[in-house]
Amino acid sequence: MKQLLSVILLGFSSLVFSGLVMASGGGVHLDHAPGDLEDSESLKRGAQAFADNCLSCHAADYMRYNRIGRDLGWTDIEVSDKLINTRGADGEKTKVGELMKVAMDNDYASVAFGTKIPGLTVIARAKGADWLYTYLRTFYLDDSRPSGMNNLAFPDVGMPHVLWEKQGLQKAVFKTEEGTDGNPKHIFEKMEIVQAGTMSVEEYDAYVGDLVNFMVYMGEPMQLERRSLGIKVLIFLFIFAIVAYLMKKEYWKDVH
Amino acid sequence: MFKSLMTWVDDRFPATKMWNEHLAEYYAPKNFNFWYFFGSLALLVLVIQIISGIFLTMHYKPDGAMAFASVEYIMRDVPYGWLIRYIHSTGATAFFVVVYLHMFRGLMYGSFKKPRELVWLFGMFIYLALMAEAFMGYLLPWGQMSFWGAQVIISLFGALPIIGEPLTLWIRGDFVISDATLNRFFALHVVALPLVLIGLVVAHILALHEVGSNNPEGVEIKKNKDENGIPLDGIPFHPYYSVKDIVGVIVFLMFFSLVLFFAPEGGGYLLEYANFIPADPLKTPEHIAPVWYFTPFYAILRAVPDKLMGVIAMGLSIVVLFLLPWIDQCKVKSIRYRGVSFKILLVLFVISFVALGRLGMLPATPFLTMLAQIFSVMYFGFFIALYFTSKNEKTKPVPERITK
Repeated sequence: MKQLLSVILLGFSSLVFSGLVMASGGGVHLDHAPGDLEDSESLKRGAQAFADNCLSCHAADYMRYNRIGRDLGWTDIEVSDKLINTRGADGEKTKVGELMKVAMDNDYASVAFGTKIPGLTVIARAKGADWLYTYLRTFYLDDSRPSGMNNLAFPDVGMPHVLWEKQGLQKAVFKTEEGTDGNPKHIFEKMEIVQAGTMSVEEYDAYVGDLVNFMVYMGEPMQLERRSLGIKVLIFLFIFAIVAYLMKKEYWKDVH
Repeated sequence: MFKSLMTWVDDRFPATKMWNEHLAEYYAPKNFNFWYFFGSLALLVLVIQIISGIFLTMHYKPDGAMAFASVEYIMRDVPYGWLIRYIHSTGATAFFVVVYLHMFRGLMYGSFKKPRELVWLFGMFIYLALMAEAFMGYLLPWGQMSFWGAQVIISLFGALPIIGEPLTLWIRGDFVISDATLNRFFALHVVALPLVLIGLVVAHILALHEVGSNNPEGVEIKKNKDENGIPLDGIPFHPYYSVKDIVGVIVFLMFFSLVLFFAPEGGGYLLEYANFIPADPLKTPEHIAPVWYFTPFYAILRAVPDKLMGVIAMGLSIVVLFLLPWIDQCKVKSIRYRGVSFKILLVLFVISFVALGRLGMLPATPFLTMLAQIFSVMYFGFFIALYFTSKNEKTKPVPERITK
């Protein structure tokens, strides 16, 4: 009986701990994204970066502007001033209670970039923070691509390097090795700056770090609430468990 | 006051009679152990799923253009919508965890054997309905895995000769998974299958209460009754097992809450990462894997090189479970008094099931496919070997009464 239990437990633990490979990894080493959902200053900087750079082409249309304000500590007026750059069909500025829609027409985008532009509300949950953090920092010059840029995390990506002025331009250095199948394999070695941007490497990494932090928040804005409620529920259940156990013991006294 | 009210009701409806028959005077063996929590827990999860499901239905839109967004609307704009959604998604996994453990209990202690064959059969039909319920529910968030998972599974019916293609068309209501499929899956998920499930659960419990519960010793407690016809080794379900099950419920809810509040995605096993990308018929995900509770059968499907034979093997892997009461011919019920051969076989069966479950999640490389083939043979081998060894098993003597 005990042996049987241990066999099953072993099987299930190997199931849990071996972990799934994220399908989007593509075999590239992913850098660990710094991120702290309790750092509302970082989230505010990230929200600003998102509104300034991403929101002009990508929608985040499951999210409302004023939810960000409520969660991060901005008034409605601040939200409107900082994050909203669009107007409705009536010419009025987009209201803070609206979803974060995009100004660009999706049909136009399909022609311009050769693909539908994905919405970004829950992209961090699909791709993972580390992937986004790596992706936004590994654009490199590649003349064979329409935008002149390619990406390590997302090879042959349709998106141009929107943040190039900040990061600068870099080229990727590959070394060629013989793969296990005998064919030459290109292995990424390092990035070399070709043209410096307005930010240093550290500044740019921090900028992207804030942006990714915000996207993780936006993917599941109630994360902090979820955990804090969870702790309360567990404390309640723990106390209830003791009471329930004592009650069971009392009733079972007369069972022999 | 209450008494006269109950008399009034009892004259018109068998309320007290039912209460006594199924709870207060239903005598259960006094030696239920840890494994006997999972039946009542399965009932609890069914209730959790129905209630959380009702609230989700109030806000969800079964429409190809709106489904994905409506789930995110529930997660953001509906007060505590995220909690209801995570309860429901975690509940799906919890359901299969408790049902698998419940079934394993039945295997160990021979609870499927005479006179409980119908209890087992109703239980198997519940399991089958549950799989259909989970499969159709998984389409509703309308993410990439919803779409492509359904695409893969429905296309399996296409492997059947002659009727295959028309059948898949009939199931989908379209040439591809589409709005039509989403609508009918929604109808089946929220109305048809829950009705079937509840009906089967009632039948399962009625059949159980007709013959009485088995126990870890595999002793029939009804053989030894006192002068009032009460089994000597039985205790009334209420209050003894109702208070005991409350402890089980709380401990279960603690594990449930750990997942629900701290890891609702379950590392990509419960909510698959690719399902956070809206369904796109033009983009096939790199790796399509069903949710964990289906993967053992998916691994058996892929282990067979021919598609039709694979589908048949997968079907057989479930059909064979239905036949268990007639495959296992040993008269002794509990593993405690059964022969070594049964113990070895059961361990091998559990290993093969868990291994197949793991393999069904991974991409099918030649090596892993070979492993899946080995474990598939092991899975079916359990039933074949059991059929031949169970008749002449070297069993230990079973006690007359429950002593431990």
